Amino acid sequence: MNTRLIDLYIAFLKIGGLTFGGGYAMLPMLQREVIDKHGWATLEEVLDIYAIGQCTPGIIAVNTATMIGYRQRGVIGAIVATLGEVTPSVVIITALASLLVRVQDLVLVQRAFAGIRIAVCALIVQSILTLAKKSVVDIPTTLLFLVSVALTLGFGLSPIAVIILAIGLGIGVGRFRERGTR
Amino acid sequence: MIYLALFWQFFKIGLFSIGGGLATLPFLYKLAETHPHWITASQIGDMVAISESTPGPIGINMATYAGFQSAGYLGGVIATLGEVAPSVIIIIIIARFLANFDKNPTVKDAFWALRPSVVGLIAFAGLKLLGIVVYGQGVFNTQAALVFAILTVAVLTFKRVHPLIWISIGAILGMVFNVGG
Repeated sequence: MNTRLIDLYIAFLKIGGLTFGGGYAMLPMLQREVIDKHGWATLEEVLDIYAIGQCTPGIIAVNTATMIGYRQRGVIGAIVATLGEVTPSVVIITALASLLVRVQDLVLVQRAFAGIRIAVCALIVQSILTLAKKSVVDIPTTLLFLVSVALTLGFGLSPIAVIILAIGLGIGVGRFRERGTR
Repeated sequence: MIYLALFWQFFKIGLFSIGGGLATLPFLYKLAETHPHWITASQIGDMVAISESTPGPIGINMATYAGFQSAGYLGGVIATLGEVAPSVIIIIIIARFLANFDKNPTVKDAFWALRPSVVGLIAFAGLKLLGIVVYGQGVFNTQAALVFAILTVAVLTFKRVHPLIWISIGAILGMVFNVGG
């Protein structure tokens, strides 16, 4: 229990700064810093923490950092690890965004971003298909997917409302199934 | 007090976006609708591009970018802190009181419905973005639609190519052939 806060901060600073895209991409860096270098957790614990990070609200990478920080140094450790994880983003994005603000009126820059937006749409299609492969697997889940699109796109329902409805529905269906099997 | 409002809006995004990566996208899109003086819907496409091409979790990169667009340097920091605050609170509670949270049957039940719904929400945001790309100026942009179709096939065919490459290709096509205009 002698983990120094500065070590926590620097470990997650490296993980945040050297991971492109979050999610599974952070696992190799997590393994190197958290398991191999500092021995803060075993591979199995890291995978468990990662699983919890996936099924709690918020950014998975942040959830993982918070959990590991908390286990080492309590509340202050959780905060320090999280700040380490987000520091590279804040620095890099702020620098880039302030640069872009200065050049955003150039025609060439506007053309570039118009082209980039098309590429982003193609990348989002890829992300959706990757996610759908794991979670839209049968008729009920396909219906849930379609209803979610219809409610937001067609009826202008807020994403927050869809999330709350889905949680309620999932728990409700679970209870109903339980009764059926008994 | 814009900083307080910014913190609150991103706190809500952090609280309700589940599933990582692009899960914050539908909320940002909604934010552009309710707070058009902060960010615009077409800027969201730029945010995704920059967030995918730089290190760090995409959700955090997008929060910093959106916060910066809304209220400058401090805005970026405040939005980011707002987005991570719910995570920190919830994870500490779980770490303290709920040892087997991810194996809890009620949590599993909720996720059975949550996962496909979140994919639906990302599809909603993606379709909105696509709408801006191909119908942004009020007329159907055939050229942009065609480039989108070709790039989508390419992205799905060459799965291992880094997003940064596709974003660069989009930028070059835009600059040289004005495909988005």
